[in-house]
Order: sequence, then C-alpha cells, then structure tokens
Amino acid sequence: MSLLKPGHRGCAGCCDALAAKFVLDALGEDCIVVSPTGCLEVFTTPYPESAWGVPWIHSLFENAAAVASGVEAALKAMGKMNNTKIIAIGGDGATMDIGLQAISGAFERGHDFTYICVDNEAYMNTGIQRSSGTPMYASTTTSPAGKVSFGNPLNKKNMPAIIAAHGSPYVATASVAYAPDMIRKVKKAAQIKGPTYVHVHAPCCTGWKFEGSKTIEVGRLAVETALWPLYEMEKSEVTGVRKIKNRKPVEEYLKAQGRFKHLFTMEGGAKEIKKIQATADWNVKHFGLE
Amino acid sequence: MRKRMVVVEGSYAVAHAVKVCKPNVISAYPITPQTHIVEDLAQFAADGEINCEYMNVESEFSAISALIGASAAGARTYSSTTSQGLALMHEALFNASGMRLPIVMTVVNRALSAPINIWNDQQDSISQRDTGWIQLYAEDVQESADMTPQLYKIAEDEDILLPAMACMDGYILSHVYEPVILLEQSLTNEFLPDYTPEFVLDPKNPMSFGAFADPNTYTEFRYKQEKAMGVALKRIEEVACEFSEKYGRYYGGLIDGYMLDDAEIVIMAMGSVIGTIKDTIDVLRKEGESVGLLKVRSFRPFPADEIRKALKNAKVVITLDKNISIGKNEGALCTEVKACMYNRDVRVPVIGFVLGLGGRDIPVSTIVKMVNKAKLVEKGIFIESEFVDLRENLA
Repeated sequence: MSLLKPGHRGCAGCCDALAAKFVLDALGEDCIVVSPTGCLEVFTTPYPESAWGVPWIHSLFENAAAVASGVEAALKAMGKMNNTKIIAIGGDGATMDIGLQAISGAFERGHDFTYICVDNEAYMNTGIQRSSGTPMYASTTTSPAGKVSFGNPLNKKNMPAIIAAHGSPYVATASVAYAPDMIRKVKKAAQIKGPTYVHVHAPCCTGWKFEGSKTIEVGRLAVETALWPLYEMEKSEVTGVRKIKNRKPVEEYLKAQGRFKHLFTMEGGAKEIKKIQATADWNVKHFGLE
Repeated sequence: MRKRMVVVEGSYAVAHAVKVCKPNVISAYPITPQTHIVEDLAQFAADGEINCEYMNVESEFSAISALIGASAAGARTYSSTTSQGLALMHEALFNASGMRLPIVMTVVNRALSAPINIWNDQQDSISQRDTGWIQLYAEDVQESADMTPQLYKIAEDEDILLPAMACMDGYILSHVYEPVILLEQSLTNEFLPDYTPEFVLDPKNPMSFGAFADPNTYTEFRYKQEKAMGVALKRIEEVACEFSEKYGRYYGGLIDGYMLDDAEIVIMAMGSVIGTIKDTIDVLRKEGESVGLLKVRSFRPFPADEIRKALKNAKVVITLDKNISIGKNEGALCTEVKACMYNRDVRVPVIGFVLGLGGRDIPVSTIVKMVNKAKLVEKGIFIESEFVDLRENLA
C-alpha cells in the first residue's frame, strides 16, 4: 500500500495526491516530509487524522525550505542522518512566490535535501488565484478573462533556472502524467548529496476546469505540445531531455481546459494563441526536444 | 570554594551560557544589538568548543523556521534576535508555540521602527506577548546568562513544552562589561538534563506535526497551551530555586521584591531599570520615604496571584513601562497589573509611566519624580498614566 494513505480529502483526480504518492513511492519509509501551507497539507491532515505514513511536518506557507534545512541540521548534529531523505513538497505559490527567499537561502547553504515543487499553476487552496506559476492567458479568479483581458498577462516564472543558478547539483522537471519518469527523477534527486530540485507539472482539474478523469491526459498534452519540457540539469547544464515524437499544436492542450476557453471565443484570441505557440516553439529549440 | 568572577561583555556571558547548555542547532541572523551573542557563538563553533550545527540563515524568519524543523526533529535549539527581527518572526512564533516546540531565544530588547532606532526599550518582546512564548526579563548580565539553562529546563519540561524568551535590555545589558561568573559546564550538566522529547520526526515512528484543525478541535489546542503556561507558573519558581541550590544565585522566580514588605509606594518594572530603582529606593529610604520594588521577572506566564499578594500592603503602585500601547496611553505592565486586581479585594491605585523609549536614559532623578507624583494620590490628585521626561520643544 502507498505511504500516502487512502481517506484523504483530495478532489477526485487530484494532481497533488498523485504527486505526493509518487514521491513516497520513490523514497520509501526512510524520509521526512515538510509541507508548506496549501491543498496538500489541508487535505492530508484533518486533525486528528493524517494520510502520511512517513514523518511529516507543516509549519507555515513561506518557510518549508527553512524548516527542512532545520530538520537536516538537527539530524546531522545528533548523528541521526544515516540515509534518511529530507523532502519538502510545496505548491507553486509556496515555492515561486511567498517561499522563494527561504528556498534561496536553503539552496545557498547547501543542505542535503530535495525540494519538490508541485506546480498546478495557481493558488488552488484559496480558490484559483493567480501565482507567478500561472501561464500566460490562463483565466484565474484574480486574473480573469474579461471584455478587455485575455486573462493572466504575464509569462510563467522560470523557477528551475533560478534554482540552477544557485549551483544545485540536480534540477529536473517532471509531470504527474509521466509517473515512471517522475519517480526516477525524485529518486535521483534524493540520492544526490546537496540541495536538489524537482519541478513537477500538476494539472488541477478543479482550477484548470477539466474532468477529474482527465488529469493524466491534460498533463500529457502539456508535454506533447512542448509547453512543459521535461529535462534534467546537473550543475546548471542540461544533461537530459525527453524528446517529443509527434509534437501537437498548443490548441490541443488549451482546448482541453476551461481556463483557456476564452481564447477560442474572444475576438483576437487566435492571435494570442500564436504567442503561446511561440513559447512552445522556443522550448523545442532551447531544449532540443525534437 | 570561592567562585571566580571575570569581567566580560553581557553578550559573551549569554553566549557562554548557551554553550554550556549544549544546543544541537543554533540558527540566527545578525541584527544590532544582538550581534555580539551570535558572533561569540560562531567563534565557539569555529574553535570547536561547541558541538552543534551553526546556521547562518538569510533572515530572522528563516532563523526561527529552521529551529521549528530542528526542534521537531528532536534537537535542542537556540536563537537570538531583537526588534525588527523579532517582529519578522511574529508569524512563526505562534507556530512554534502551537506545535509545542521548546525553542529558547534570547531577545535583546530594542525599539521598533519608525523612526528607526537601535537603542533599548521593550516594545519588541511586549508586542509578542500573545504568541504563546514564556517571557522572562533579566535585571543584569548575570541573570541574563543564568536564565538560559533555567529556560531550557522549564521549556523542555514534558508538562510544559512551550518556547521561551530570555529578554535582556539592548546595550544596557548586552554591551556592558560586568563582573560575572561564567556558568560551569559541570554544574550545568547536573542542573539541565538532556533533551529527550517523546514526539519527534522519526522515520521509525512516523508522526504528523502541524495538522489542520477545524472549529471542532482548534480551541482545545489553545486551551492546552494555556494549561501548560499554568504549569510553567509553578515550574519557573521551582527551577529558580533548583538553580539557586546548584549555583548559589537567585533573582526571584516569577517576581522578586526589594524593601517591599512595608512599602506604601511600590514601584513595578521589568529588566535592567530594576538596578536603578533599587538605588533610588536606597536614597529615598534614607530620607524616610516608604518605597519598595516589585520586580516582575515573568511576564508570560503572568503571575497575577503573586503580584496581588505582594501588593496587599501597598497604598499606591507605580508601573514603569518601556513600551506603549498607542491608543491606550499606557504600557503593558500597567494594563496587566490593573487588570489582575479588578475582580479581587486588593485594589491599589496604579499609576502608569511610559519612559525609556528608544534608549532614553532613566536616571534616579526621574524615578524620584515619579514617586513624588505617586504621593499626590494621598491628596486626591490621581494620574492615570503619562509619558515621562518628554522634551517639551519636540512634543
């Protein structure tokens, strides 16, 4: 049985629950998990219940990396580190926005831990508000599409590059839609000494507005359109990419989700979709995906 | 055997006290006037005199957050901060207390911005009153140092498990050189048992920390913290006595008195101003004034019973506050002393004085002035509360 126990309150088709399950599948029992505030924390630990079959701590929204670094320091100081893996699992808001400073500090200090960003591209726990992980033209409750707006006007922050710039020995992107690939990368990240990072693309059926049965399908479309490139970096150099055989146009990904539907109904939407296609094309070129 | 006194800076005495308590993890961010404590600890670590992980973090917020993780993992933990740094920790202070993590932190008291000011008052720690941390206030350097093992012993008590602040006045205590006895390692080993918490992050026995509590369960978490503070109320006094037996020094547990028993006018205060008050009392007593001191050592838990008992013969009370609740025109000690008497037989008039803000000196003459104002109560002239020594040209 998974170390993420059944009975938690995640939505049917929840990407966070999948991600957490895959992480624990990769790591086994000998790990300590730190969660910032967010969906995962809320739906797994309604007191007095907990879905976590491994030691788990949630402190605040913006400090998971600092808490994880303290756990690591404590185990080191007490001679209890052995092979125990210390893992932080945070959402895009906790990672890319409010927790960025603490993450930067922990990576700079070089703690032996792995930070996993489960990126569902908005503040889902509070009701689908925009974060710096929200992609261009996604409609969220704080960047809604409207008569004079195509939704979020800004590009997604390139978090893996920021972590790579800290000199992290291992940075990878992954997707909940590619479980074996994700599990391999989490395992690898945890085994490499020092602060490592896995950024997991995680389609949220509730926030992105698709059927809960389609989480994997939508996740695969993000990869197949090259909007979510899967790659690995070691010491800031790209060392591996997942090639795309028959690349699909971005429309296929966008059409599958309610958050982009305005692009297909609003005047001028087609022109804006071209900008999104340009992002995918850039990814193909930059990472050599084809 | 006569104990050897050395003249050291207050910060060094505290850092040394931390060292003999053998914390596993120290995490701190530099801020004036706390810096000397963490510099001295860093030097101990660099010289191999302390066996711990010393973390140079990127903010006070991460300093306390790292200790939350470390403490949950079973480590004895230490930090020190002041003023803006403590304010930045605010959110995490509640979290550490709510998770019942016995972190010990020295707060080197300093004023808060704006206007920015690096000198002493107690607005910083007073503003953290409701975070669920034990707060003791030290009178001098020796007490600041001696508080450290006392607070570990109190905080780590399995019936308490609350974080604790040792509050010492910035510069006045942190940067002064005074003759002190550095805490002996051997005595401290006997006084302070190893920290062996029952609840830790351990893969062999997985537990969840920091769960989500809904309206059905949240209140009881707060109630249990309050109950633990009630236990601390007893333990603080006991531990002060145990410390006295072991080391031969006693500063009071929850409160302490000086010329108190027969005093008609009682001055109440916390921190380094206690010394000046004692000197003032010596002068006034020679002049025949019936003045005494009630030192409040523990602000959280608040020793209401002990204070009422100590004030039963008083005719009037003066409170000195190096903090101000803006909009209430009085400091926290004044408010709380008044409140603790309202429902009881002991109802002594209380005059609140706000002074010593942003490092302004409190000389003997100022305290004499306040005592004289207190004497007006007998004549039916009553002052509720006021600022002291205002500069008229700036006010």
